[in-house]
Parts: sequence; structure tokens; C-alpha cells
Amino acid sequence: MHRGKGMKFVGDSRVKGLEHRMPNIPKDYSEYPGKTEAFWPNFLLKEWMIGAVFLIGYLLLTVAHPSPLEGQADPTDTGYIPLPDWYFLFLYQLLKYEFASGPFNIVGAIIVPGLAFGALALAPFLDRGPERRPSKRPLPTGFMLLAIASIVFLTWESVANHDWEAAEAQGKIQEEVEIDTTDPGYEVYSTSSCISCHGDNLEGQVGPTLVGTGYTPEEIADIAVNGIEEDGEQKMPPSFEVDVDGSEEDLQTMAEFIAGLEAE
Amino acid sequence: MLNKLYDWVDERLDITPIWRDIADHEVPEHVNPAHHFSAFVYCFGGLTFFITVIQILSGMFLTMYYVPDIENAWQSVYYLQNEVAFGEIVRGMHHWGASLVVVMIFLHTLRVFFTGSYKKPRELNWVVGVMLFGVILGLSFTGYLLPWDMKALFATKVGIEIAASVPLVGDMIKTLLAGDSTILGAQTLTRFFAIHVFFLPAALLGLLAAHFIMIRRQGISGPL
Repeated sequence: MHRGKGMKFVGDSRVKGLEHRMPNIPKDYSEYPGKTEAFWPNFLLKEWMIGAVFLIGYLLLTVAHPSPLEGQADPTDTGYIPLPDWYFLFLYQLLKYEFASGPFNIVGAIIVPGLAFGALALAPFLDRGPERRPSKRPLPTGFMLLAIASIVFLTWESVANHDWEAAEAQGKIQEEVEIDTTDPGYEVYSTSSCISCHGDNLEGQVGPTLVGTGYTPEEIADIAVNGIEEDGEQKMPPSFEVDVDGSEEDLQTMAEFIAGLEAE
Repeated sequence: MLNKLYDWVDERLDITPIWRDIADHEVPEHVNPAHHFSAFVYCFGGLTFFITVIQILSGMFLTMYYVPDIENAWQSVYYLQNEVAFGEIVRGMHHWGASLVVVMIFLHTLRVFFTGSYKKPRELNWVVGVMLFGVILGLSFTGYLLPWDMKALFATKVGIEIAASVPLVGDMIKTLLAGDSTILGAQTLTRFFAIHVFFLPAALLGLLAAHFIMIRRQGISGPL
């Protein structure tokens, strides 16, 4: 460095005078040993080719799978089963094991991930030998392989045990429909027990939304009276009791009203 | 013309050494996929940086529409996704890029680990790299809440509960992140937005600069 005495400055700056400048000429290729090459432009062009191939795959993924958006957040929905993004699944799965949940929650939530991340950060200070080949340092290699295997296994378990259909259904964007509350059909609906499960606006609460069910009025009337039974399991109890909740005619009016509700 | 402009700037600022150092630094044979196909493992770091740049650019465009407010956040994302020209693509790139960057940084970490490249004299660069990994995960976690849809809200609830289970300081961390000791709501969304868009990217850029300066200083590790 020519710092300090004897240095020539341009004006009162410490930028070097022209005679001390580095010329703007690329290094001679013969200066590089063997097949070593300059970063710019030789190697960067190759990297860009790899980057371009990668970008094509990336864009295809983006076009083929639009990013998901569930319904607007509703903190009052207590039935929602949460799930983190896929790369946090293994941490989430860990919390489901007995030794890492409940009273031992701190083991799964803090100690195990903390130890793993801490060991990763301190790897150079834990593994100080001069050997670089994985086979020559069995302990670090073994621990890392174990960690990778655990991550893969836990992620797998989490994915396999999650009810993806239920997850998709619970997150669906609810179409908002203007409900005509003066409709005689709505009147029957609101005075019967239907409203307690399907909500004031038929948006669904315990039961699903009644907007855009796709059923005919006859089917709806039948379901209201007899409920839904699937594979021996009662999906919806018999609810509408004729002559208690309303007359046969009222039932018909309500069924037609519900069948007429279409999502926009 | 351009040459003259360059000379004019160079005469005043002496910029030649800065960029000639970047341009002329040598790339050895063992990391060059053109010579050894298996050397593609050395591209993971560069690809991580590539996706990071895409994340920053797509994120900048997303903030032109996004509103960090519980009334409008979801609406603005819905609008962006369904009404804005190419909004679906921009959001899609940011969404999938978030996954890809985690994958690539993980692969990059494994490459450095299994080639033993973190050994002396590169310990500090490894530590900075692990910090970068942490920042990326932080960005993933905070970004997940921003669309303010059902999965965002409930996943964040779980995440904050986990943070709250840290001994001694857990409740403080929870309040710091959520903006309230019990409610996860309007405060949380604006906080996560600020963390996702200002705090963590600032940390990311600083750490990246340190990461790259150290690589230039030390050169890439030799062949096994």
C-alpha cells in the first residue's frame, strides 16, 4: 500500500494520481494455471446458462401451480386445524411425540431444534481436524446424515398423517351472497333449528354453507327432514320436524329458497 | 462515448480496482461444471443468491398492491391474484421462490458441510452462512402471515406459541412479535410486515455482503 508519505494526490483527495493507477485491462489468460478461468465474462456466462435453465423450471412451476390463497383469516373459527408451510413440517411433527409435547413441550420446541441449529452454527469449532473428506471424519458426517434422515422422516410422517382433503375444505374461500332475509323461505329457515348449525347468512358454522349446494328442492327437503347418513356415519342429524318447525308447505318454501341460492 | 464517461468517473473515483478484482478473480477447474459435471453442486450458493434477487424484485412489486392491514390485506392479495395483470405470476414467483430458496440454501449448506469447506480459515464465513439460513427462515415465517388467510393466521398462532415456550424470555418474545401479550391481530400483521420487508432484508443484505467479501478475501476452498 502506498498510503501516507510520498503519495501523490489528485487535488486534496486520497484517490491515487493517474501514474499510480491500475490499467483497465483484463488479466492475461496465461496467468491462470491449468483450466482456471476468469470470473468475468467466461465463468459468469456459464453460470447464467445454469441460471436460465433453473429459471425456466421455476417459471413452469409458477405457471402450472398458482399460489394458494385460502379464505380470509377468521380468528373466531376454532375448528381450524393449523399447518405450517412444508419446510417447517418436521419441527411441527416433532411436537406431536410424547417425549416432546405436553409437559416435555420444551424438549421438542426449544431443546432439540436449539441443539441442532447451535451445533450447525458451531460446526467449524466442533470439527477442528484438518481432514475434509466426509469419509475421514465419520462423526460430523454421521451426525449430519442422521439429521437429514430425521428431517425427511418427520416431514414424511407429518404429510402422511395430515388429512389433506379436510385441510382443503376448511380453507376454501367462502363466496359471499346477499341473503334476502325477507324471503318467506328465510323466515322458515330462521325459525327452524337449521339456522343454529348453518348460520345467519347460511354461510355455514358447524354445518357447511348452504349456498350453491347443487341439490334440487326435493333433495333439500329430504335432507332437512332425514339428515345425511354416509357409510353408517351420521353426517347430519334429522333436523326439520314437520308440524313442529313448520308445515309441509313451509318445508317446500324453504327448500326452494335454499336451492335457489347460487354463489356469484 | 461510454469509454470517456468511464475514464471521467475513474479519474475521480479510481473505480477500476474494485470491479477488476471481481472480474479477474480466478475460478478454479474443480468448481467449474463445464469441466466436471459433478461440480454443479458448487452452483447451489449462486442459485440461492439468484432466487434471493428474484424474491427482492418480486417482493418490491407485491408491495405496490399489498396493504398491511387486517381489513384489506386479504382483499389486496385476492385482487392482486385475480385482477392485476400478471399479478398471479408475480405472487407465484414470490410464493414458490420462498420454497426454492429454502431448498437451495439447504443444499448449499450440505455442499459446504460435506466438502469440509467450513474448516480453517473459513469458520467465520460458515457462521455468517448459518445466520443467513436463520434470516431466510425468519423471512419465510413472517411472510407466511401476510396474505392474512386462514392457514396464515393459524400457522402463525402455532409459531408464536412455540416462541412463547422459550424459558424466561418466551413471553417477551411473544409480545415483541405479536404486539400484544394475548391478541394475534392487527398489531401482529403490521409487525410481521415491517419485519418481513425492512428488518430482515436489511440483515440479509448486510450478512450477504459479509459473506461475499469473505469469499473474495479467502478464495474458494480447494479440491478434496
